[in-house]
Amino acid sequence: MANRRLAPASEQPASFAFSSENAEWAKGQIEKYPEGRQASAVIPLLWKAQEQNGGWLPQKAIEAVAAELGMPHIRVLEVATFYTMFALEPVGRFWIQLCGTVPCDSCGARELKGYLQDRLGPPGHVSADGNFSWLEVECLGACCNAPMAQINQDYYEDLTPDLLGKLMDDLAAGRPVTIGSQVGRTSSEPKGGADTLTDETLFDGSRVGAWRKRFEDQAAKSDDADGKAEAASSEQRAANDPKPAKPDSGRAAEKPPADAPAQRAASGEIPVKSGDAADAADPKESTAQPNKPAPSAPEIIAKAEAAGAEAGTQSDLPRNEPPPQPAVSGASPDAAAPKPKKPSVAKTPAAPKTEEN
Amino acid sequence: MTKLIVDGTEVDVPAEYTLLQACEVAGAEIPRFCFHERLSIAGNCRMCLVELKGAPKPVASCAYAVKDCRPGPNGEPPEILTRSGTTKKAREGVMEFLLINHPLDCPICDQGGHCDLQDQAMAYGVDSTRYGENKRAVEEKYIGPLVRTAMNRCIHCTRCVRFLAEVAGVPDLGAIGRGEDMEITSYLESAMGSELQGNVADLCPVGALVHKPQSYEVRPWELSKTESIDVMDAVGCAIRVDARGREVMQIEPRVNEDINEEWISDKTRHAVDGLRAQRLDRPYLRENGRLRPASWGEAFAAIAAKTKAADPKRVGAIVGDLAAVEEIYALKTLMGSLGVTNLDCRQAGEAIDPAWGRAAYTFNPTIPGIEEADAILLVGTNPRLEASLLNVRIRKRWRMAPLAVGLIGEAVDLTYPHTYLGAGPETLADIAAGKHSFAEVLRAASRPLVIVGTGALARPDGAAILSAAAKLAGEIGAVTAEWNGFAVLQTAAARVGALDLGFVPGEGALTLAQMAEPGALDVMFNLGADEVEIGAGAFVVYQGTHGDRGATRADVILPGAAYTEKNATFVNLEGRVQTTNRAGFPPGDAREDWAILRALSDVLGKRLAFDSLGALRRALYAEYPHFAALDAVAASDVAATVETLAGLGGEPSRSAFAPAVPDFYLTNAVARASRVLAECSSLARTRGLEAAE
Repeated sequence: MANRRLAPASEQPASFAFSSENAEWAKGQIEKYPEGRQASAVIPLLWKAQEQNGGWLPQKAIEAVAAELGMPHIRVLEVATFYTMFALEPVGRFWIQLCGTVPCDSCGARELKGYLQDRLGPPGHVSADGNFSWLEVECLGACCNAPMAQINQDYYEDLTPDLLGKLMDDLAAGRPVTIGSQVGRTSSEPKGGADTLTDETLFDGSRVGAWRKRFEDQAAKSDDADGKAEAASSEQRAANDPKPAKPDSGRAAEKPPADAPAQRAASGEIPVKSGDAADAADPKESTAQPNKPAPSAPEIIAKAEAAGAEAGTQSDLPRNEPPPQPAVSGASPDAAAPKPKKPSVAKTPAAPKTEEN
Repeated sequence: MTKLIVDGTEVDVPAEYTLLQACEVAGAEIPRFCFHERLSIAGNCRMCLVELKGAPKPVASCAYAVKDCRPGPNGEPPEILTRSGTTKKAREGVMEFLLINHPLDCPICDQGGHCDLQDQAMAYGVDSTRYGENKRAVEEKYIGPLVRTAMNRCIHCTRCVRFLAEVAGVPDLGAIGRGEDMEITSYLESAMGSELQGNVADLCPVGALVHKPQSYEVRPWELSKTESIDVMDAVGCAIRVDARGREVMQIEPRVNEDINEEWISDKTRHAVDGLRAQRLDRPYLRENGRLRPASWGEAFAAIAAKTKAADPKRVGAIVGDLAAVEEIYALKTLMGSLGVTNLDCRQAGEAIDPAWGRAAYTFNPTIPGIEEADAILLVGTNPRLEASLLNVRIRKRWRMAPLAVGLIGEAVDLTYPHTYLGAGPETLADIAAGKHSFAEVLRAASRPLVIVGTGALARPDGAAILSAAAKLAGEIGAVTAEWNGFAVLQTAAARVGALDLGFVPGEGALTLAQMAEPGALDVMFNLGADEVEIGAGAFVVYQGTHGDRGATRADVILPGAAYTEKNATFVNLEGRVQTTNRAGFPPGDAREDWAILRALSDVLGKRLAFDSLGALRRALYAEYPHFAALDAVAASDVAATVETLAGLGGEPSRSAFAPAVPDFYLTNAVARASRVLAECSSLARTRGLEAAE
């Protein structure tokens, strides 16, 4: 990152004023903050000013924002020079912010940098046709799809010099481009497609009850005598070989908390005060959902399937319900699970959704 | 109070103390760069790291409160180690980082010898560097005529930024960029607009900001340092005068919590070169319309001839803004023995009579007392220019808690929010009549303060305005048993002392304005009054230090000593008696002023009864005992004075209050002789014009 300075006077516009629409918007932003804290709106206002001025912030815009918020000029300049998202010199129609931080760098950002250097020249200069300018910036937070660049408002990921070149040609020619990954992966899943939660039985309802059945089978198989013998031997072991002391047993005894139900019970008091108990029983105080029968697992799965059938749509699974039971890894061969099949891509979007609940 | 163990010593400190303060109470020295007692805590230099037992890593002691420390496992007090291996290692690490980009230019750096970084690198650093890369290079910045920058040396402590934003109230400096590229600068490298900007160079712990006027001139170890008092305004800031040989090289602030804390204004600091230029170093005598160098004998003989021939009723004496109590006393005694009653010290024409009581011309609540006020009404004054350090105190008060300030007079930027009420005496009358909403604020306040400035007093209807202000003060309950909320803000260092001595016209005698009229007097003794136009006719004896306006009009010039060249007493606007100390001798044939008057009295045949400063002071203290109480403010009966003033009555005119200090940088002969202050003045004028556009 080089020293960031305002653009030379020759490039500065003579004046800056928010358009009436943006001024209205700015007013809304300022109103978000309490009286006396209007300066908090400095970043939104600077951003809007930059947007209005074709992607960069002139000196007059900084002064206009300062006047709007009643801040000293230097305070606004401090903010504008701190963040690289504010361009202080004119930028091209497409402003490429290339991430050069470690994950992108190790995935090939250096080749991209070299490509931009060759095609557009040094960073911070607008290309002759006015279409492009570029800058290497710090992490933009899309490391899983490295290397990436932000062009105007959008992220373009999984770039190679060829892909970036094509992307730039398309942008310059006004052809439609794909936002996000340029190699066709969905959001940030692995490059070859999903490789976890791919078992279709997870989603078709055939696993329902399998987990319980496995334990019942195991319990039935195991010999009662074996169980008793084991229990006896473990008792013997505990008696002969007491557990080692806790690591902090040498420390001074910590005082038990003064007022806990357990203490009260030990000292012969009523553990829970009647008032507290009454409060806790009050349904208004309850944080639980109002009484509603929980849908059964097959219902949920049916819903998920219906949702998953439409590729790319969001699942409308109730977020506060328990997820369908996942498969136990290394499931016993007698579990009623069909052999895993390669899942259809269309179904997968619903799967992570249910999982993350 | 919280118990704490610092290096094995148990101390008991208030819970809101920081660890750094607690360590200092325990006698442990904590190095620091960004931390400053009078500024907010930044915690960004990390030099004050100490080991706190139980904390996973060293903590920045300046930003860690005692109350945030947890007790030990068995309830022992928290323990801090300032001499442990961890602390030592942490300090060495921080110092190594700070020195990575700091140039090794100490031999050509003005800060060398009084540099915090130099001293602390010696005490807490290591002996060599492991850094082999190129150092950071930063462009120099222009931030004004008084502070030179060498930004390579900056360690980003942000003391300068915080000082200007918090104390001076002029947020001109900021830190642009980030990380390694962070740079301290003003907006587009414009000059700082504060009258206190010199302090940022004092605050700078390294040589990044240094005083421009004396750059490459001095080294701290070759200076003799004399503690003294400033006379550029009536506040009487504590200063240290640094001289090399006879020549004063620089003036630095000294801590005095009651007056200036530890700041001084730029005028105080940079009037130094004015002490060298335009000096009167021998007596002069006007012959055939031209001044020619003369001997003391010739000069005295000429004065004696004129004075002896004159009727005492047509002889007068006036005193300027920089005269000390001793010479005013000597002049008054001499004039008394000559039978002269035409005496006046109110050079600006203030309507003040010492007969009304001392409280009628002093700042009665005292400067620290400002911190107790809860509503302030400024009448015809701009404290920012008339008494910069007093204004800093008002701003400090405003920062502590909301404070209602109302201003009547010129609409100016006081550096803190205030209500502009109006321009002239009518507004004052409106408030007194309760027609103005600010009247309720004053009445609701438990400790209201009314400050009347010279701009309101130095006009024909000054007494009526003072009376109206006193009446208002009485009505709003500004003067009670425990609160003196009536204050007069003087602008001249000599004024309160001269008024204490009663250097005002006697019964039926002429005032300064009347004396200055053409043909009013035959002989006029002018003790350093440069801001007054003396009419033709009188034989003017000017005793002063600079070839300024007073000397131009003089018929005889007697060269005196400036405030850095004599041991002299000054009384500040609060009525606090303070003394200067001699840092060097006056140039050439110039002598201390009381001694000149003593020698002159001999020639006039009215020999003064003291031959030494000690004898003079004995006589002075016998006649006016309160001058003997140094650094103290003698109590005066404010309530009685306010009542007297309120009883004066009178009808104020309708004209607006004029500013008492039209040009902050050029208020007296020393300042006008200073090239540096002239540059500041022209810059301030340009800025004023730009602001007006």
